[in-house]
Amino acid sequence: MSFPSIKWLATSSIALGLAAAGVQAAELTGAGASFPAPVYAKWADAYNKATGTKMNYQSIGSSGGLKQIRAKTVDFGASDAPLKPEELEKDGLQQFPTVIGGVVPVVSVAGIKAGDLHLTGAVLADIYLGKISKWNDKAIAALNPKLALPDQPIAVVRRADGSGTSFIFTNYLSKVSPEWKQKVSEGTAVQWPTGTGGKGNEGVSAFVQQLPGAIGYVEYAYAKQNKMAYVLMQNAAGNFVAPDDQAFKAAAAGAEWTKSGFYEILTNQPGKEAWPITGATFILMHKVQDNSQQAAEVLKFFSWAYKNGGKLAEELDYVALPDSLVKAIEASWVTIKDGSGKLVVAK
Amino acid sequence: MATLRKPKTDLADVAFFNLTRATAVLTLLMLGGIIVSLFYGSWPSIKEFGLSFLWTSDWNPPMEKFGALIPIYGTLVTSLIALLIAVPVSFGIALFLTELSPIWLRRPLGTAIELLAAIPSIVYGMWGLLFFAPLFSKYVQPFLSATLGNVPVIGNLFQGAPLGIGILSAGIILAVMVIPFIASVMRDVFEVTPPMLKESAYGLGATTYEVVWSVVLPYTKAGVIGGIMLGLGRALGETMAVTFVIGNTNFLNSVSLFAPGNSIASALANEFAEADAGLHTSALIELGLILFLITFLVLAASKFLLLRLARQEGAKT
Repeated sequence: MSFPSIKWLATSSIALGLAAAGVQAAELTGAGASFPAPVYAKWADAYNKATGTKMNYQSIGSSGGLKQIRAKTVDFGASDAPLKPEELEKDGLQQFPTVIGGVVPVVSVAGIKAGDLHLTGAVLADIYLGKISKWNDKAIAALNPKLALPDQPIAVVRRADGSGTSFIFTNYLSKVSPEWKQKVSEGTAVQWPTGTGGKGNEGVSAFVQQLPGAIGYVEYAYAKQNKMAYVLMQNAAGNFVAPDDQAFKAAAAGAEWTKSGFYEILTNQPGKEAWPITGATFILMHKVQDNSQQAAEVLKFFSWAYKNGGKLAEELDYVALPDSLVKAIEASWVTIKDGSGKLVVAK
Repeated sequence: MATLRKPKTDLADVAFFNLTRATAVLTLLMLGGIIVSLFYGSWPSIKEFGLSFLWTSDWNPPMEKFGALIPIYGTLVTSLIALLIAVPVSFGIALFLTELSPIWLRRPLGTAIELLAAIPSIVYGMWGLLFFAPLFSKYVQPFLSATLGNVPVIGNLFQGAPLGIGILSAGIILAVMVIPFIASVMRDVFEVTPPMLKESAYGLGATTYEVVWSVVLPYTKAGVIGGIMLGLGRALGETMAVTFVIGNTNFLNSVSLFAPGNSIASALANEFAEADAGLHTSALIELGLILFLITFLVLAASKFLLLRLARQEGAKT
């Protein structure tokens, strides 16, 4: 008998014994991305009340989560950037999305209110490249004929800390601007050609509010709760859209999730209503589980969260996944097995 | 006490000696362990970039090109600004508290200064970002540009957009943070100057200034330098407060102190959590190693300074 199955036998018999005694022993640990941490915490709390199972999520950052799941110190890792299929293959990992969020450009220019300013991806990229440095630049004026744009320098603000928000934002700029892709590329931290770095969403928003003529980007929830002056972005279909739940859902609906092992970055998606700077956040698990009891509990938790957690997520201004996607995710769990090849999924 | 004390056994002595020695050795082991693990962690980056890591200014995670010039510059310059402000102010505070202040004011004032040292650094950071920076950009920076900005050569340091955040702001926040450390050490050492020395000088007709300058300061210089080094150590390693106000920008296109920059500690705090496992992490660890070496050099330099001062003393008498 191989070692993992002995361990499995031992744990499952312990679990059985405890279950017989009427005690729920499961305690799940996950670690990773900070972007979904509030919603995971809320789900964990509600799930604990409903089932008695505790879920402990440590918000240590996406790459921290990846390190931890590789080292198998946690039951699941979480990352804002999906892994490419070949990377998943290399580490024997599997991924699935949990919630969707959007990144929103915000400005503070005298006389410009939320939803006034229209921008295209190319113009946004040129602003962040430092090529467009004044608010009354022709390129901006052409998109906003009705606005009185001041002759004021643009103060570019971006995240100083490595973050999934920056990843989604730079991924979008790479898709819409070849020059950005070549000079800066995408990542949780990049070599920004210009601007000032604020720490966290709150740092960026403080800078945007303080610096005259500033533009920055923050998570949707943050922009909404602080009533910041968001920008209307032109999406891949050519429409100018406002950032809201519907626009994020529209971006998620267009993606072909199952083809790529859920490797989908939702930026610049087709779809008339789609918000172009949208991203999902992901869970990472090993395909071969040493402790299938524990893995089953993790999947049970997320299955519960898809069914009951949508409203909780929306209270926090995240967007729940569409039903069709949830079905596809739950179907994908059949590839998670224990050491002997048995399915982990709870029936 | 009526009861006789138990005579100490040799065994207890030996045990106590070994216990204290073990704690001392433990410190050395930890220091060694930290150096070794920093070297080990930064080895891939040292191998890749060599010494040029110290003077290149690229910091490009997606392309895996790293250089430490900007964080090193930011660390040194902000600490220097902090000391330039904090040392004279702390000296004034300590002098006032020990020589000039009415007795009833000494305790409350001294306690207030020590309380400043107990404020967590993130509070300084948030205060700096939300309160200090707007005022600084609105009133102080335009004033500095209009006055010092016109002086040849050093004028370049005070030009550019008044953002309120940047190297100068970080230096000033650091100064506020290190003043309590330096001031309380200075006050303590000023207080231990034997009254006899001071009274003698006063008796010879010396003014307060002369007493402080020619009696108190020479008597306490080791302590004063120690206090300054303590402050410098804190300024070099300060993370959160600096991150909030320095602007976290990895380029250096003007010498202006108004420009945003980066420091080693804040680069680490910002990027470590999300760094990729490869070169990026290694380069960050190498930054940590450099900070460690800078601190070490600063301490060594201060010891050397003290040694030279002591030798000069011997030459005079």
